[in-house]
Amino acid sequence: MDARTVSALASLARWLTDPANWQGSHGIPVRILEHIELSGLSVLVAVAVAMPIALYFGHTGRGGFVAINVANIGRALPSLALLAFGLVIAISLGLGLGFWPTVFALVPLAIPPVLTNAYVAVREVDRDVVDSARGMGLSESQILRSIEVPLGLPLMLSGIRTAAVNVVATATLGALVAGGALGRFIVDGLALQEYDQLMAGALLVALLAVGTEVSFAALERATVPPGMAAIR
Amino acid sequence: MTPGEPLIRWDWLGSHAGEIGQRVGEHLELTLIAVAVGFAIAFVLSVLALRVPRLYPPITWTTGILYTIPSLALFALLVPYTGLSLLTAEIGLVSYTLLILIRNIVAGVRGVPAEVREAARGMGYTDRQILWRVELPLALAVIFAGIRVATITTIGLVTVTALIGQGGMGYFILLGIQLFFSTPLIVGALGSVMLAVLADGGLVLVQRALTPWTHAR
Repeated sequence: MDARTVSALASLARWLTDPANWQGSHGIPVRILEHIELSGLSVLVAVAVAMPIALYFGHTGRGGFVAINVANIGRALPSLALLAFGLVIAISLGLGLGFWPTVFALVPLAIPPVLTNAYVAVREVDRDVVDSARGMGLSESQILRSIEVPLGLPLMLSGIRTAAVNVVATATLGALVAGGALGRFIVDGLALQEYDQLMAGALLVALLAVGTEVSFAALERATVPPGMAAIR
Repeated sequence: MTPGEPLIRWDWLGSHAGEIGQRVGEHLELTLIAVAVGFAIAFVLSVLALRVPRLYPPITWTTGILYTIPSLALFALLVPYTGLSLLTAEIGLVSYTLLILIRNIVAGVRGVPAEVREAARGMGYTDRQILWRVELPLALAVIFAGIRVATITTIGLVTVTALIGQGGMGYFILLGIQLFFSTPLIVGALGSVMLAVLADGGLVLVQRALTPWTHAR
């Protein structure tokens, strides 16, 4: 390692171990909680909006074109552009800066992967299984609840995982519109050229994103129905 | 965004037409460099993974981690080393294209039917000839799908590089946020989306021209 790397790592370590940075309303724990709150709410709203549509489309087999293409459209929406739209909407609704503009940006970012994966998850359930359930006299809502959702759960969760990781990453941009969360350290660090704060913020966000990815992956594995796990 | 102010001031658009054109050029340049360099690196790593299958998991794992790290965080981590520069922006942008491109190149080549490969070998093709004359042409559709996704993703990410002084359409978004002025905000956001849609359409046309057999009925 060259001298510059060593001194950068040393100042990063100093910043991270300085008790002053762990206290009060601008401290690391508060920023992490803000980040989780912002991301969690946005993912929840996206799931609440996307899941019923996806389950309906998936169960009836209708709207496949829409469900698949929504993902492609979603990819074309740049996060910073969504933030810009979120800001315009929040201001015109009188909701102010910070939290709400960011939520408005994050929800449309999270909907496409949730919607597309949940739709595919229900569609991919073996039609023979669904038909035999119907033959046994299960109602349509029972088929959805006790067959299609449990069997499709791992794939649905993988859509939510993609959304969550993306949202955790993008919530960082909220600091640009005077929001809190971990982006604060990065944006302030850039503005003030305080590289220790900048790198600490980047490190914390990266860890949170990787942590989100890893915990959802574990959750996916845990939700594979025992019968399916045996087949695999 | 003060009350009474129109959402778009057309006179602003008129007086800034030259600057908008310049930023569009910047945006496309940043994207083109990232996708081209990303493809070159992804291609080498993919061929490596195809020759030595044991290397594929560590390659996807590493590029997967790079893909998970938030863009702003990655740029921020690089700033102390490479400064607020084009290089910083491109290192970040390139690293996001790798996972998408490698997955598609490897999946495309692996998807070539074994009979085709064996027929080529039976005709005396060497491994290198099989790769260049059989596998890659047949995998072109899947590879192009990867290039499309990588390009669209990169065009979106380029806006974020405005934060490290690189501009493109992101410059107008930041300007709009700083001045609290909706016209540049909308120009930047809509401009970036439109560039993505146009680039995707353009790539579809290129793909059709390169793989005429995929849509011949």
